[in-house]
Amino acid sequence: MPGPGAPVLARVYVTPKRGILDPQGKAVQQSLHALGFGEVSDVTVGKYIELRLRADGAGGAESRLREMCTRLLANGVIEDYRVELVGERE
Amino acid sequence: MRWGVVTFPGSNDDRDALRVFATILGDEAVPLWHKDRDLRGVDAVVLPGGFSYGDYLRCGAMAARSPVMEAVVAHARAGGPVLGICNGFQILCEAGLLPGALVRNRSLSFICDVVTVRVETQDTPFTYGCRVGEVLSLPIKHGEGCWVGERDVLARLEANGQIAFRYVDRAGRVTPEANPNGSLANVAGICNEARNVVGLMPHPEHAVERLLIGEDGLRLFRSAQAWLGRPRAGLRAEPVVPGP
Repeated sequence: MPGPGAPVLARVYVTPKRGILDPQGKAVQQSLHALGFGEVSDVTVGKYIELRLRADGAGGAESRLREMCTRLLANGVIEDYRVELVGERE
Repeated sequence: MRWGVVTFPGSNDDRDALRVFATILGDEAVPLWHKDRDLRGVDAVVLPGGFSYGDYLRCGAMAARSPVMEAVVAHARAGGPVLGICNGFQILCEAGLLPGALVRNRSLSFICDVVTVRVETQDTPFTYGCRVGEVLSLPIKHGEGCWVGERDVLARLEANGQIAFRYVDRAGRVTPEANPNGSLANVAGICNEARNVVGLMPHPEHAVERLLIGEDGLRLFRSAQAWLGRPRAGLRAEPVVPGP
C-alpha cells in the first residue's frame, strides 16, 4: 500500500570510502590499463540502488532515505552514499 | 552447557556446529531459527558460517537485521557469550556488536585452506582455556574475510587487547605471507569491549577430529565450557583446560 504524499523515485549510490581497500576497483583499473586505457586512474566499484517511495516533499524523502542508508543500504564503516531524488507523475 | 546455533536462510555450517556440541562435547545443542525471538535459555549463541540471505547487499547485512538478532543483542548486552564464525563474524560486525567490517579478500579470490592463527588474549569466553601465543591450526573458506576498520579502530583494539586471533606462520610469527586475505594487522578474530562477543573468520567447528584437519577447534569450545564454570565473585580464575 503506498503511503501518503507524492511519489518519488530515489537513486542511491553506494561507494567504498576513500582509504578503504577497494580490490575490485583496483582490478578493474588494471584490466582497463591492459586494454590500453592508460589514461584511467582512481577506479572505484560501488552499487546503484533505485527505489520508489511516497513522501511529503523532498525534505521528508531525504530524511527517510538517509535513515534507510544508515540502517541498511550502506555500511558507514566502509561505504559512503549519495542520494538523488527524481519527482514522478502519478 | 546449552549451546544455541542460529540458522539463517543460506547458513551452511549450522549442522556442523550442532554436531560438535551434541556429539563431540556431549552438551545440549539447540537449533535456533532466524525468525525466533527467544533464545530458549541457551548459555552461548553461535552464529555459524555460510551465505546468509545469499550475501545480498553485503555479507551478513540482511541477517544482522533479522528478528533473532534482537534477542542475540540482548543476550550479548547481558554479558552472555556469543561466537560468530565466518559469515557469523560478518553478521556481528554488521549488527554493530563487533567493530569494523569484512570486505573482499585482497586477492579477489575465494580462499579454501588451512591456516595457523595465534591466540592473542585469554580474556574471552572462547580463549579462556588457551595460552596467549598458542598457535592453532584451523580451516578457512571465504571470499570476504579482509577485516578493516576506521582509522582509529585498530589502535583502540590493540590498546584494549581486543584482537583475539592473528594469522601467523607455523612458528607463530606475524608475517605478510601468513595473512590470507589482507586483514589489517593480520587480524583473524576480535572481541568486543566487554569481551563476551567474539568473531573470527577461521572455522573451529571444522577442526574437531584428528582424522579431519585436527582438534584445535575444540580449544575454543572447551574454553567456553570452562568459562561458564569459572569461579566468580571477583576471584581471579585460572584456566582449567589442559593443553593439547
